[in-house]
Amino acid sequence: MQDTNNLKNTPRPLTHGIDISALDCHDRIVTRGAEESCIQTETLNFYYGAKQALKDINITLPKYRVSAFIGPSGCGKSTLLRCFNRMNDLIDDVRIDGTILLDGTDILARDVNVAELRRRVGMVFQKPNPFPKSIYENVAYGLRINGVNKRRYLDEVVEKALRDAALWDEVKDRLNESALSLSGGQQQRLVIARAIAVEPEVLLLDEPASALDPISTLKIEELVYELKSRYTIVIVTHNMQQAARVSDYTAFMYMGEMIEFDSAVTLFTNPRDRRTEDYITGRYG
Amino acid sequence: MRQWFRSGTPWIWLTAAAVSASLIMVIGLVSLIAIRGLGYFWPNEVLDIQYRNADRHTVRIIGERYDDERVSASRLRESGVDLTTNADQIGRYLIKTGNRDVGGLDFRWLIEPDIATIERPGDVAVIERREWGNLYGFLIALKQGGQVVAEGDQAWPALAQRLDRARDLFAQIRAVQKDAMGEVNYGLEKLRLRERLQEIRGENDPERRLEIVAQRQELEARYADLEQRLVGLSEAIARDSIVVQTADGAIVEVPLAKTVRIFRPNSMGLTGKIAHYLEKLSEFVSDDPREANTEGGIFPAIFGTVLMVIIMSVIVTPFGVIAAVYLREYARQGVVTRLVRIAVNNLAGVPAIVYGVFGLGFFVYFVGGGIDQWMFPESLPAPTFGTPGILWASLTLAILTLPVVIVATEEGLARIPRSIREGSLALGATKAETLWRTVLPMASPAMMTGLILAVARAAGEVAPLMLVGVVKLAPSMPLDGDFPFLHLDRKFMHLGFHIYDVGFQSPNVEAARPLVYATALLLVLVILVLNLAAIAIRNRLREKYRSLES
Repeated sequence: MQDTNNLKNTPRPLTHGIDISALDCHDRIVTRGAEESCIQTETLNFYYGAKQALKDINITLPKYRVSAFIGPSGCGKSTLLRCFNRMNDLIDDVRIDGTILLDGTDILARDVNVAELRRRVGMVFQKPNPFPKSIYENVAYGLRINGVNKRRYLDEVVEKALRDAALWDEVKDRLNESALSLSGGQQQRLVIARAIAVEPEVLLLDEPASALDPISTLKIEELVYELKSRYTIVIVTHNMQQAARVSDYTAFMYMGEMIEFDSAVTLFTNPRDRRTEDYITGRYG
Repeated sequence: MRQWFRSGTPWIWLTAAAVSASLIMVIGLVSLIAIRGLGYFWPNEVLDIQYRNADRHTVRIIGERYDDERVSASRLRESGVDLTTNADQIGRYLIKTGNRDVGGLDFRWLIEPDIATIERPGDVAVIERREWGNLYGFLIALKQGGQVVAEGDQAWPALAQRLDRARDLFAQIRAVQKDAMGEVNYGLEKLRLRERLQEIRGENDPERRLEIVAQRQELEARYADLEQRLVGLSEAIARDSIVVQTADGAIVEVPLAKTVRIFRPNSMGLTGKIAHYLEKLSEFVSDDPREANTEGGIFPAIFGTVLMVIIMSVIVTPFGVIAAVYLREYARQGVVTRLVRIAVNNLAGVPAIVYGVFGLGFFVYFVGGGIDQWMFPESLPAPTFGTPGILWASLTLAILTLPVVIVATEEGLARIPRSIREGSLALGATKAETLWRTVLPMASPAMMTGLILAVARAAGEVAPLMLVGVVKLAPSMPLDGDFPFLHLDRKFMHLGFHIYDVGFQSPNVEAARPLVYATALLLVLVILVLNLAAIAIRNRLREKYRSLES
């Protein structure tokens, strides 16, 4: 709530029109290279039919940090995100080459168990997409798929996941009601709870707050901050303020290329590339 | 004027008119069959008419007024009626005179100018018989064992109680004949088949043979027992009879065993008439037919229709859903899939009788014949499944309605938002798990829609059934107390076919016409109830899986 007030009332010094007051607080580590890598791509190319959507992406995302992808619409940031749990497999007529390493193993290899990969790499989408089941069953879904049916254990995990997603207090008395009765922001946190219930290693957030009101957005951002101690988080956003607020590392993408990837402070205060600077100062549409 | 056209008002009127026209047609249709059909059970008054015959002799006619109309005199003259008046329009009445065993015809048109007098005597009796239709006349005496016990007005009070006794005895006889004896016969037939099976297999186990012989003896003893009881009951029921004087003065003796009910419609009060009406109505929906289906009830037909539709639903739903899942979820969306889809859609347009021919050729002769060779060699040459029956009828209708279910399910699957599928997959579910746990439950209302359309079509279909299992009168129902209870090989009765049979194939079309309306009304009601049940299930599912599109 404290952040809400800040957001609304306190005037802040702006650099390039970006609110960077959040950047210099917390325990952000601004030096790269010293950290353990979680996801690493090597010359990753991606094509929708004949159209190339990603061009030679080389990026290393560190463990237990929040990395944000920013860039204009259609720059490929969501496509890149969806490569990490092979969600793009569902689309017809796409081609991918290069490698993506998750903890050192290539997830694009043929023999990879995609379902298991997706359990390890959780994902939250732009629009809240709870299943038309009860709140409880939504959170228990991933566990039930993995064959967990013991009521006691499920109860425990569901409560823990909902607590972690900061939703427990709001829904604890109506776990058996339909998830669709929740508000948009609550639904999105439920979806996050659903994703963390299966204890993934990585959490991919694809514009998780773009369909939400400012208060709900803030709650999601707080949640991201809470969760990063246990999960590697990759977030796609077109809201630069949000990227500045939540991320440790930020990548700027443009026309399918990775223009710049650096610590958030560096990228927002001292971008190396001209195009990054143009984008964060608002000279691109 | 142009302004008016541009405002869109004519469109509103046009569309509203189209809806009104449809509504009026539907309401008109249903009310026509409802009025005509339900009126049939109301006790009409019985008229006692003095009528001048064509040969100028006056005769007495007693009967119910069934219908009346006005026809042009020239038409009557052309058909050979000798008219005494010069009027252009002449009224004529259709009178049900009954007494088919006495007079031959039981309906008669009477033209108005030739009617001398009409009376409505209070004590004229209508005697509904199990055979030969109604008898109209005056009760003269009540007899017991050939001796008169009551005469004239005294006969009525004594009659009611004796009629109840006769009815009770009749029910007992029927129970013995149909249930007990039927069971014994069924058991004997089973034994015969077992014996024959051993013969075919070349087994010669003397122990088993002895066992069969012992069982047969036991059954035969039971049969003899039942026969004994039947003789006793028949003697008891034959005790009473009534003596009736008919319109032409003849004296007829009718055993009470042969009567269903006896009543005096002209002296009935309103409550009496209502009671009579309800009794007739309940007999209609719960009893077996009599007299070549033109009297009695139509319960076996209702039962057959409902059972066939249920079996068809059980077959068509999984089939259609699985096919739709493959087409929509697994098959590569290419030219071949498109062609398959077009073919499926076109199957819905194939005339029903074509399916009937296919069902007869493929299911009955090929599949059924094969099953008989393989599983029931003991009963050959008498076919078991190699003859039309309720299973083949249900299967044929299942094929007929398959396209509807496939199309509806496919549409339902297509409507499930992509985000829901992705949400499930992103949690580590495989495609099959996503289908089972999320997509199919969410598409279930669409499947129910398909099923509703399928039921509506199947319940009203008659043409293919005539080839694959429906009969005019089925000796036993496809579901009964004999193991294995559901007899899929049996023939069955169907409301739609019943309408056709009673309306067009019965010996007495005039008598049957109201029955056709009543049966049609019942068919509509049965379809309505089946549909409402399916719609209720669908609405519950819809509420449960309310989609996210809002």
